[in-house]
Amino acid sequence: MQYLLVLYSNESGWSAMPPAEQEQAMGAYHAYTEALKKAGVLAGSNRLRPISSATTVRVANGKTQVLNGPYADSKEQLGGYYLIEVPDLDAAISWAARCPGASHGTVEVRPVWPTRA
Amino acid sequence: MSPRNGDAHARRTADAVARRSYGKLVAFLAARTRDVAAAEDALSEAFASALTNWPLTGCPASPEAWLLTVARRKMIDDARRRRSGETAATQLQVLAEGLDAAEADVANDLEVPDQRLALMFACAHPAIDAGIRAPLILQVVLGLDAAMIASAFLMSPTTMGQRLVRAKDKIRQAGIPFRIPDREELPGRLGAVLDAIYAAFAEGWADPGGTDPARRDLAEEAMFLGQLVTELLPQEPEALGLLALMLHAEARRRARRNSEGEYVPLAEQDPALWDSRMIGLAESLLMRASALNSIGRYQLEGALQSAHVHRRRTGQANWAAVVQLYDALWALCGSPVIAINRALAIAETDGPDAALKAMQEVAADVRLTEYQPYWAARAQLLAKVGTYTEARRAYEIAIGLERDPAVRRFLQRRQLGLALSGLQSDII
Repeated sequence: MQYLLVLYSNESGWSAMPPAEQEQAMGAYHAYTEALKKAGVLAGSNRLRPISSATTVRVANGKTQVLNGPYADSKEQLGGYYLIEVPDLDAAISWAARCPGASHGTVEVRPVWPTRA
Repeated sequence: MSPRNGDAHARRTADAVARRSYGKLVAFLAARTRDVAAAEDALSEAFASALTNWPLTGCPASPEAWLLTVARRKMIDDARRRRSGETAATQLQVLAEGLDAAEADVANDLEVPDQRLALMFACAHPAIDAGIRAPLILQVVLGLDAAMIASAFLMSPTTMGQRLVRAKDKIRQAGIPFRIPDREELPGRLGAVLDAIYAAFAEGWADPGGTDPARRDLAEEAMFLGQLVTELLPQEPEALGLLALMLHAEARRRARRNSEGEYVPLAEQDPALWDSRMIGLAESLLMRASALNSIGRYQLEGALQSAHVHRRRTGQANWAAVVQLYDALWALCGSPVIAINRALAIAETDGPDAALKAMQEVAADVRLTEYQPYWAARAQLLAKVGTYTEARRAYEIAIGLERDPAVRRFLQRRQLGLALSGLQSDII
């Protein structure tokens, strides 16, 4: 099964970090990504730019509304994802727990809705 | 055999198989697809067709295998019909593969492998809402219907039905595996299974007179599950501890009401009415558990029950041991419920003032404001130190929160008798 590990964390925490710590954190993510690749479970992954770069689009009554900012204002922001292919939820949870994001933020585990039938 | 007899015989056999093997069959059918609801549907149709067929053809040599084959065919048909469904294709493949294996087993007259424990671990998975785990296990492992479970858990049948459906959807959609967790994960995960079983037992225990059939059966079913877990995991001390705890509690069922149906608190129960067979079983389970050298909540609670049994042998309760065990439990769980019972035991060893002081530590916990035993215990202690007005008020709150009429009447009698005499203590 495919699961999306959705990473939420406090962006301001990141920008407040001294460069050396940021580098260490990046190193941890890099190592985690490598571990996923080595295990043959990584199907895709991306880090997202901060919410200050986000734009929200909604079409209502035929009119397109474009708003500056993210969809939801929350304490922790969506910062990236990993798409993994593993046998079951327990395997997904154990990968989520290894993600550095689980230690400084929250990782949401979502099964992908299969579309091929 | 006349058709009528055959009919009755088929029904009896089907009932017996249902009771003994329902969970086994659900577990086996759903293990690969993780589709518990589909397995239950298929199985209920298989039971229905057994009732139609067995009177005519006679009971098959292996009723379990017969039901399994019919149910599995049914699942394949359903999966085919739902072709557009999200996982119909993969499900079909999985089912077809499994069918061959099962038919080979049936041909060789092998037993259906027991995956009930794996099913219980799926039902008590941390991804499943804690409040629905016990009902879910009761339904999928024992085949109890939603209305009966709803009544035992004081929930509307519609709400219970919906929550059970959602939980089964979660197992399937989130891909919760049917497996017994690895050694390092096991203690934590087993805790959830045991908690669910104990929750079922506690609901059954809430009907001491056994007048509500739904509840009485629940206590029995919970003990059956507890027994099952100890058989499948004989080296887990907490599983043994839970079964001992349930047996000790159940042993006192008859003593909890007098001949008029009135509530009798533990301290006033006649130990001769306690069931010695169950007590003996419980004691030997606790011995087995302690030999495994890993203490836990259920062993401590079982040991507490065992300390009360002391009175049966000696005529006197061993309150010092009870306080010690509560201290250990308090250190382990820190739940306010434990604090209350600990305070009541302290009242026996150190007097009511010390007990009230101990209780003060948890009085601020909001969970206690609607917890009847807290108010009853408080009332009892306040009465002992002679603050009758406050005691009366605490009884008033306790009475207002109680759902069992016999306990309510008992509390009312206590409230009435407040000014009259020194009161005996008890643990409610």
